[in-house]
Amino acid sequence: MNNEWPLWEIFIRGQHGMSHRHVGSLHAPDAEMAIKNARDVYTRRNEGVSIWVVEANNISASSPSDKGPLYEPSESKVYRHPTFFDIPDEVGAM
Amino acid sequence: MYAQMVKSAGTGVKSREEMTEQERAFQDKIDADIKIEPKDWMPDDYRATLIRQIGQHAHSEIVGQLPEGNWITRAPTLERKAILLAKVQDEAGHGLYLYCAAETLGVSRDEITEMLLDGRMKYSSIFNYPTLNWADIGAVGWLVDGAAIMNQVPLQRTSFGPYSRAMIRICKEESFHQRQGYDAIRKMAEGTPEQRKMAQDAMNRLWYPSLMMFGPSDKESVHSAQSMAWKIKINTNDELRQKFVDQTVPQAEYLGLSIPDPDLKWNEERGHYDYTDPDWSEFFDVIKGNGPCNVDRLAARNKAWDDGGWVRDGLLAHARKKRTRNLAAE
Repeated sequence: MNNEWPLWEIFIRGQHGMSHRHVGSLHAPDAEMAIKNARDVYTRRNEGVSIWVVEANNISASSPSDKGPLYEPSESKVYRHPTFFDIPDEVGAM
Repeated sequence: MYAQMVKSAGTGVKSREEMTEQERAFQDKIDADIKIEPKDWMPDDYRATLIRQIGQHAHSEIVGQLPEGNWITRAPTLERKAILLAKVQDEAGHGLYLYCAAETLGVSRDEITEMLLDGRMKYSSIFNYPTLNWADIGAVGWLVDGAAIMNQVPLQRTSFGPYSRAMIRICKEESFHQRQGYDAIRKMAEGTPEQRKMAQDAMNRLWYPSLMMFGPSDKESVHSAQSMAWKIKINTNDELRQKFVDQTVPQAEYLGLSIPDPDLKWNEERGHYDYTDPDWSEFFDVIKGNGPCNVDRLAARNKAWDDGGWVRDGLLAHARKKRTRNLAAE
């Protein structure tokens, strides 16, 4: 049996009002220890107010080869950006 | 820099004609400063070289805790003790960031740890020198961490995403390390005549080992070209060594400490200090395992790994038991 502690991905909320951001990963036997270890490894200088831990093998990711089919369709839809539309100066801020 | 003499896998830099289409696309990305991420295609040699380099770097952070940890219980004041504890804890953190970056390349934590423990992988030569007294702790922070920063700052721009991100985190913390060292040795340089003598003695012993940290001279550094083409090495060894000397000399002058190199002098024409190279035969000897502390360092790492075995197993068994219980309760 593999006796290596599983890998956890660590997400930290830097300040109140911000979303959690991925900061790195670490090994821990369970979620509780992963949070404790994340406190020591990733918030030694006040970097966070909240920690999420997710076991790495529970994360599904898009594959690099899907880049084209996934993201190209949005490239041709410039009208989704507000700057696509000319608003006359007389109308004022919009 | 904590990585010295990392052998590039493969046969050296290929011309564009020799590259496969995939290799060309990969090199184009690197040339355009686009980061390579773990799931992207990469040449096997790039992967193998990076595992060696990041692994050696990580091992150095971990082994580097030993010479400093040696002085935690004997720090001269409670404040210095708290600072040193924080610094040594940072080094553990730096090792962990780097191990995780290496793991994204497909090597497991246990595998890479075992390669350190049985001597298949190296760590920086500098940590095979002893810290004999408190002045050495100041000199290590100032000179050793100072030399490390020289190499780590450019590596923030390295081509492999996880390595680059680890270096960015590390660099943010590293400046604290160097400054606390300079502050500690300054206290001694400005102290009693005995303390001053200790500071100079630490400088005398650690100067050349610090210069060795950058690795052999460019003339002998046969692996640089491929690593530089891959942007996993940004500057040559001699470039970084020169930068370190130029930066350190005025800092030593401020302290009134002399550099143990009678031939050191400012070269107006080059705009750099001329200095004497370290004794490379000593360097190669230390790398081979014959430095003053090689045996102790590896023995300490092996003991820590063996003694910690029951903790790793126990926590894992506890986690498994809890999971089974929770499943049964559902």
